[in-house]
Amino acid sequence: MQIKVLKDIMAANSATAEANQARLDANSILGINIMASPGSGKTTFILGTIDSLGQDTCIGVIEGDLASSVDAEKVAQKNAPVVQINTGGGCHLDANQISAGLDNLPLDSLDVVLIENVGNLVCPSEFKLGEHKRVVILSVPEGDDKPYKYPGMFATADIIVISKIDIMPYFDFDLQKFKNAVAGLNPGVRIFPLSVRTGEGFSDWTDWLKSQIPQRGM
Amino acid sequence: MHEMAVTQSLLDIVLKEAQQAGAKKVDAVNLVVGELAGLVDDSIQFYFDFMTKDTIVEGAKLNFRRVPALMKCRACAEEFSPAPDEWVCPKCSQWQAEVIAGKEFYIDSIEVDDADKGT
Ligand SMILES: [Zn+2]
Repeated sequence: MQIKVLKDIMAANSATAEANQARLDANSILGINIMASPGSGKTTFILGTIDSLGQDTCIGVIEGDLASSVDAEKVAQKNAPVVQINTGGGCHLDANQISAGLDNLPLDSLDVVLIENVGNLVCPSEFKLGEHKRVVILSVPEGDDKPYKYPGMFATADIIVISKIDIMPYFDFDLQKFKNAVAGLNPGVRIFPLSVRTGEGFSDWTDWLKSQIPQRGM
Repeated sequence: MHEMAVTQSLLDIVLKEAQQAGAKKVDAVNLVVGELAGLVDDSIQFYFDFMTKDTIVEGAKLNFRRVPALMKCRACAEEFSPAPDEWVCPKCSQWQAEVIAGKEFYIDSIEVDDADKGT
């Protein structure tokens, strides 16, 4: 006997992601899913964001990592609430892991939750976590052709950050070529070229981030 | 690369459907997988064989129906099948395509042994 099923295999994850987002909304928290290759400077970017937003904005962090807790320790030194999730080799974070992460953050006092996804430009794009916005970071040394190699990731981003632009003169990075590729995949996506090290362009990102935080009690 | 996680979800759905139908044995699972879903058949099969041990799904055949990628050019509306990772329109050479097929990943149906049903 054949039984028609017609069920999306990712549906269970999507349902949990929706529940996560409802929880963030109930606490007027902005959830940001940050995705990038390994070594593109995600943690440095998060630390810079915490420093830049300072006291007025309370940021919690969910650190996804294959195995270590090094990044979480760096975040904890900034006195930001942080939860470490080790995927044990898994190539992405999923909504269940974020649900557990939210259990361990002081949601009453947070304005933003930054989720540092596992370093990988393929799998994380397939799993919704409950985020409001998806940020993809591409560092200059990775090259301007990355959108051609990983179209899925760039097509689903809300924001694309080009990091380490202070070293752009030493690399053959064609910003216009990059923008053209991204515009084809994802018309209207915002691009923030910046350097955490020199601070160039960084306030464009943090101004945007602040503008997205929901007002409490609304 | 995330076949382990998705195979677990797949198995959860199959077990639930089979249980609801009162089946004692699942003979086959018919999957629909888009070319752009980023999933490798052999890898799903590998985890499936491992995870189904000692369940009513053990030994079931996994059938894959592949859906080729289909893009639509935003510039000229041409529909085309892209080469891997090359979303260039063959008609106007623009890199401005959206995906219209190829991201599918769902269970179409399962086949169960219903010989004992109702007894
Ligand atoms: Zn065209």
